[in-house]
Amino acid sequence: MRAPAALLSADGVSKHFGGFVALEGIDLDILPGERLGLIGPNGSGKSTLVNCLCGTLRHDSGMITFAGRKLDGLPAHQRTRLGLARSFQLPKPFRSLSLADNLRVPLLYAVNARPGARLSRAAVAARAAELLADVGLADKRHRLPRELTQVEMRKLELARAVASAPRLLFADEAMAGLSPSEVEEILAVLFRLNAGGITIVLIEHIMRAVMNFSTRLVVLVAGRKIADGAPEEAMRNPEVERAYLGE
Amino acid sequence: MIGDAAFRAGRFWAVSFVVAVLLLLLTRAAIQNEYFFFAAYVVLQYVVLATAWNILGGYTGYINFGIGAFFAVGAYCSVVLHKLASVPVPVMMLAAGIASGIIGLGMGYLTLRLRGVFFAIATLAMAIVAQTLIVNWDFVGGSRGIYIIRPQHAPFFGDYVEYLYSLMLLLSWIAIATARTIERSRLGLGFNAIRDDEAAAEAAGVPTLRLKLIATTLSGALMGMAGAPLPYYVTYLDPASSFSLSYAVNSVAMPVIGGMTSWIGPVIGAVLLGTIQQVATVTISSALNLLIVGLLLIGFVIVAPNGIIGLIQSRRRARGAR
Repeated sequence: MRAPAALLSADGVSKHFGGFVALEGIDLDILPGERLGLIGPNGSGKSTLVNCLCGTLRHDSGMITFAGRKLDGLPAHQRTRLGLARSFQLPKPFRSLSLADNLRVPLLYAVNARPGARLSRAAVAARAAELLADVGLADKRHRLPRELTQVEMRKLELARAVASAPRLLFADEAMAGLSPSEVEEILAVLFRLNAGGITIVLIEHIMRAVMNFSTRLVVLVAGRKIADGAPEEAMRNPEVERAYLGE
Repeated sequence: MIGDAAFRAGRFWAVSFVVAVLLLLLTRAAIQNEYFFFAAYVVLQYVVLATAWNILGGYTGYINFGIGAFFAVGAYCSVVLHKLASVPVPVMMLAAGIASGIIGLGMGYLTLRLRGVFFAIATLAMAIVAQTLIVNWDFVGGSRGIYIIRPQHAPFFGDYVEYLYSLMLLLSWIAIATARTIERSRLGLGFNAIRDDEAAAEAAGVPTLRLKLIATTLSGALMGMAGAPLPYYVTYLDPASSFSLSYAVNSVAMPVIGGMTSWIGPVIGAVLLGTIQQVATVTISSALNLLIVGLLLIGFVIVAPNGIIGLIQSRRRARGAR
């Protein structure tokens, strides 16, 4: 039975690219405050699902609601303003802007676009500095993204997503290519954000991190959802074992 | 505070206006040679075109090769108004700005889902379509062109060429102050985000389509305004020269040479390149103009790909790091 208080609901979401079925009838409820792990082999449709939910791609059929509001047809920037944020699989910093200016973009365009919210110039600068300090980049706020290390780039990506003051954050492979200690750093940031009230969907291949972080696990294979439940239980699902380990 | 930003922008508008007025008074008082005003008009025209191009091309990263279309639409707008009613040139400039702005908005709606080279080709195609329409429009002279008799004198200004020069100086001030205001504003930050990564900008809450339409409209309007006095400057207007690709080449080359990330880059590029071209026209040959542009472009792409401003900024950064 579907929980009535879902923050985001996807009902039968499908997406095709020509003859290729990327997503097939995905039903998904994300509850407020939860830490959801979204896993699946390469090409299983994880990023396509995130792109459809965030408005980067238009789904072909099905319905998406967020906080009781239908999102179908809404452009990505309006979904961000409603409280849906994402980080990208490959970091996409604004390369010509300083780190502080990278964060000013969502503060001015997402937060200040909300009814009743009007951060002053000083408040925007203070909030950007605070967010950079939260991820350990305070002393680099005037630097350009090209001067950052890989893990710092990932942190900037998360800080920029969080700057839009989201209720739900999709962290798309935020730990890809990082060392074990750097993975722990990013996990710590995600735990802190979740403790601060942000619902987080972690799309990740690093199973240790996913199992450590998630309170629920959703598994996609070939565009279909094959498991949804407690992480250990989901991983014991025969279809999941088959998808990951073969016959 | 937002009030501070508005105050700083207002101060720039005021200071730059005073500079423009002083420049106007000084040049008109000190220089008697009429050719100076002919040449300076062209340089200022390129200051406007390069600045206008940079609002879309430099700030948002969308390369527009349809400059000739906006510029010529402005010029032909004046021809239509000249034939229909006797209105002053500033009114023609306003009308040309509105017409070209609307065309910019339309072009934006039709082409802004394209990116990179596809967008550039679409804008070039638009220029060809506009030229074909003008060639087949008899009212404005069609392919044979049209003569416009330039009055000898303008009220309060004396010589008419000096009057056109003054108008172009005023328009340069408007274009520069507009570009600088955009650059320092929330709008400019959104433009930069689009240039750096459009998907990330959209995900950060930037209404990318709306901002790009603002850029195409503003850029187109300023280009049209720059073209409006052209019939009175050249006294003979035909599609081949008014839609000339050299306007596009120069308007792209000037910001590239000066630097595309700042309002001052296109101004430096236009003054530098425009002056060199004018000097070369008088001392050597006008046929050398595009060769000069080409050589300078090659040189800058190799030595300073971010233009003169980029070169200065990187030197400053290197000095700061030492």
